Amino acid sequence: MRRFDTILGPLVVLALLIGFAFVGDNYFLRLATFMLMYAVLALSWNFIGGMAGYPSFATAAFFGLGAYCGAILQKAGVPMFLSWAAAGLFTGVFAMLLGRAILHLKGHYFAIASLIVAEALREVVNTWTELTGGGMGLNLPVLQMDVTDQARFFFFAMLVVAASTFVLSAVVIRGKLGFGLSCIKQNEDAANILGVDATRYKVFAFVLSAVFVGPAGAIYAGWVNYIEPADAFDVLLSVKPIVMVILGGAGTLYGPVVGAFAFLILEEVVWRNVLTFHSGLLGLLIVLLVLFMPQGLIRVTARRLFRRTAAP
Amino acid sequence: MLYLQILVNGLLLGGLYACIASGFSLVWGVLNVINILHGSFIVIGSYVGLLAHQQFGINPFLTVPVAGLLLYGFGYLLQRGVINRAVGQPVLVTLTLTFGLELLVNNMLIAGFTADYKKVVLENPFGQIELGALFVPVDRLLSMVLALLLTGILYWMLRGSKLGRAIVAVRMDREAAALMGVKVNSIYAVTFGLGALMAGAAGSMMSMIYPISPIISTAYLGKAFVICVMGGLGSVPGAIVGGLALGVIESFGSLFFSAELATTFSFVLLILLLIFRPTGLMGRRGYE
Repeated sequence: MRRFDTILGPLVVLALLIGFAFVGDNYFLRLATFMLMYAVLALSWNFIGGMAGYPSFATAAFFGLGAYCGAILQKAGVPMFLSWAAAGLFTGVFAMLLGRAILHLKGHYFAIASLIVAEALREVVNTWTELTGGGMGLNLPVLQMDVTDQARFFFFAMLVVAASTFVLSAVVIRGKLGFGLSCIKQNEDAANILGVDATRYKVFAFVLSAVFVGPAGAIYAGWVNYIEPADAFDVLLSVKPIVMVILGGAGTLYGPVVGAFAFLILEEVVWRNVLTFHSGLLGLLIVLLVLFMPQGLIRVTARRLFRRTAAP
Repeated sequence: MLYLQILVNGLLLGGLYACIASGFSLVWGVLNVINILHGSFIVIGSYVGLLAHQQFGINPFLTVPVAGLLLYGFGYLLQRGVINRAVGQPVLVTLTLTFGLELLVNNMLIAGFTADYKKVVLENPFGQIELGALFVPVDRLLSMVLALLLTGILYWMLRGSKLGRAIVAVRMDREAAALMGVKVNSIYAVTFGLGALMAGAAGSMMSMIYPISPIISTAYLGKAFVICVMGGLGSVPGAIVGGLALGVIESFGSLFFSAELATTFSFVLLILLLIFRPTGLMGRRGYE
């Protein structure tokens, strides 16, 4: 019966979303596409941040890498779907190599190291003008399609990625990998002693946190037709998924999706009128969450999921 | 001779880096909080220098104490009012909190000053000293000396003064220090203020050297972090060694690669260091 529930619930949501695509107008399609993108980012961060307890700030790096990979391949004449898949593969391999280098760091060290990755990549993209267009950005080929059809097309593309991320999350959470990751989160040394190959598990989780963000970036690039380094590697792309996951519930299956939905509504209702102070208000929201809901959203989930680090 | 010149350039910059990193390292060591705001503190210091120069024609060297005291006050109040509530909580909480504050402060800076790059250009440059074929710009020399002097004072303060011993005591064992009558919360606030002071002072001098814009705060943060890892966490001598090392390495890096790739360069360096020498150049374990 329980198995029936866990499959039925998401299927109903999926059916509603598909039906919605043929009813909603362009504005709602745009919003829904953003929501799905946020869900991909939040579910992906959940692999490394929520399940393994490693505060990764690398989401922006994966997103930007995927966006540029997809855009460059498409400009070179590679078919769109293939370029999206390539973006996923490339981002995943990148995450594997990066993970091997920085995943033996813990706590603050890991967080900042992952944060600088996006900065470094942005510099590289900015400087490598022949390939990436540098600070001028990159224009993508425009689809020969009706505007509404186009909106619907990218909505479905994002839906496929989001659904895949969700299904994989469900599989991982219930499987051996998810169990191993939650062991690592609670006590990595103990997990190691008990036979969990912590390094391999962590790298795997890190790769999982990248493979869907890459295609999401590539789809985003095709959707908005134009990318630039400051936009594709925006540090907020690393922060927002964390806020969403914490809002919804870290380490759970539905939490990131719920968080992404709540965050999008908040973003749309509160911030669309204050575009110049967007990140400032996001900052204020974060501060208020941490300070005034210590028992509510952040602390309860965070305390359950992340070990306290002892002061030196 | 070229290499010697590049070495000197790197050391001149490295003095300021040491000043920046010592404050960052102090806060990290004592509070176990990564201050993501550190880069923005430096930028605020730079704007103090820039504004004083634009409005009153004051040399940014003279605004070093002003910027330092201003940021000390700002840091002290921020710690007292906001961050103290989260000290001792899991990494993700403190990190998210200072990240939120950074977004807020940085957005205010952009709203107030725009994101355009600015720079202080002195009407009466100090000129330069020529030692044979070696050129040493006097303003850079002065800022290096002043920065290292400030870092030295911090070191002496931590080792010799009553307040400094209290800070070190809190770092070693918070509970024991509290039992000995140290007011831990107030020490936290002073420590955070001192970290901000170092950032503000360095920022004021940086206004003559680096382009000023709110958006470079992350680059400063990255530098401070790399230096901390290189020099070992929480030690002032480590920050000096790491700062000078980073200055020299960046200087040679921009000779062989491109100056625009400075962050990438220091990041690759950081990765290599973490793989091959995870205890830092000074051999102290720190990153666990």
